[in-house]
Amino acid sequence: MTPTVNGKEVTVGPPLWLLAEITYACPLHCVFCYNPVDYTQHGPELTTQEWLKVLRDARAAGSVQCGFSGGEPLVRDDLEELVAEAHKLGFYTNLLTSGIGFTAERAKALKDAGLDHVQLSFQDSTRELNDFLSHTKTFALKQKAAQLIQSNGWPMVLNCVIHRLNIDYIDKIIELAVDLGAEYLELANSQYYSWAQLNRDGLMPSREQLQRAERVTNEYREKLGDKLRIFFVVPDYYETRPKKCMNGWGNIFLTITPDGSALPCHTAKMIKHLEFPNVKNMSVKDIWYESEAFNHYRGDAWMKEPCQTCPEKEKDLGGCRCQALMLTGDAANADPVCDKSEHHQTVLDAVAYAQVPDAKRIEVKPLVFRDPINSRKLSSITEA
Amino acid sequence: MSNDDAILSSTPVLSAMFRLQWEEVQQAWVLLYPEGMVKLNGSAGEIIKRLDGKKSVTELIAELEKDFETTGLEKDVLAFLEIAHQQGWVKA
Repeated sequence: MTPTVNGKEVTVGPPLWLLAEITYACPLHCVFCYNPVDYTQHGPELTTQEWLKVLRDARAAGSVQCGFSGGEPLVRDDLEELVAEAHKLGFYTNLLTSGIGFTAERAKALKDAGLDHVQLSFQDSTRELNDFLSHTKTFALKQKAAQLIQSNGWPMVLNCVIHRLNIDYIDKIIELAVDLGAEYLELANSQYYSWAQLNRDGLMPSREQLQRAERVTNEYREKLGDKLRIFFVVPDYYETRPKKCMNGWGNIFLTITPDGSALPCHTAKMIKHLEFPNVKNMSVKDIWYESEAFNHYRGDAWMKEPCQTCPEKEKDLGGCRCQALMLTGDAANADPVCDKSEHHQTVLDAVAYAQVPDAKRIEVKPLVFRDPINSRKLSSITEA
Repeated sequence: MSNDDAILSSTPVLSAMFRLQWEEVQQAWVLLYPEGMVKLNGSAGEIIKRLDGKKSVTELIAELEKDFETTGLEKDVLAFLEIAHQQGWVKA
């Protein structure tokens, strides 16, 4: 299909990746959570029937990968019904979970419903950070979830968000993954959006920490070979060119939030000047191809300098719109991770601060945990 | 036995990590795996959909040549299977 964007025709393929954020409810309080800080102010969750319609519509529009996420998706007791419908429609179904609430009964019901894959995440930055580091309660919980994943024949993919507070324990994290029988381990540095942006100073590792972690990871890669494949994602603040965020705005990725808002990525709602459509009053196909919000940053006609005349603009599409907004005040600016951006200094400043040891910091801001009380408090500040 | 002979008598099958599926909207065969997708071109799709773990590569080539009323596919099929092995899509 070729909608016209800013007077130019842009070829748009189908929304191959559907991320169904079925709830913001979550038993955890992760300081790096990418759910919106004001999540408590969002509308009521879609009903089962509304989600079933989203799945049918998205599949008809060409979606083929479906991720059930949240919050913690296991909080909803209709998850099995949604997975069953997604499976019947021909989706490849992925569950992104912390493992909390993943019982033998639910695992079996999800397997019977046709769930293809479970990505189990370590949540280490709850208020029980020490438990995680000492392998006690967390290990027992993850071990149970991992056994259920294995006994149901799902591939074992573990994900752990890495940051300043746990990066020095990367060897323990890798060993935990080995002990759990993981086939794939994603060590993804926290990206600074939403709660993680609030907590950025406390979460960004120093260069020395990063280098050490990469060295340790490489040592384990050599030692473990094919037994465990490890992916290590560095924070983009340490780069000089931005990431091709979401592989392009409205290119393959469609997020539906708990209240039915349709977004080109899970944090896009922070771009307040765009009116994001809702599946309650627009079809997925119209949202994808016709809505102003999805067309807004497609193609390159919206770009400003230095992106507009940049020879690399096709490569990264100017980076991340949300990051541009957060750090420069305008979502149409170049992502300031790029060293061609006139705002690159803001990134360099944050990186410079990350090199200051905690003990030498004049004011250490306490971490803000993602919970309903903090959300309401922060929402009232934003609204005031 | 040369390397090619070994491959010709092998009976490859799609790796358990992948699912082959026809996608109407894309008009293509795709391989689906955890959180990812490979879009196959026409001939790759025709090869992979015929793999069953019982059929030898020699039989596979004969079947393709019959179905598409052509000859001389051996080189292309072997080249694709080599890539498919490297990518982990297919197991011998």
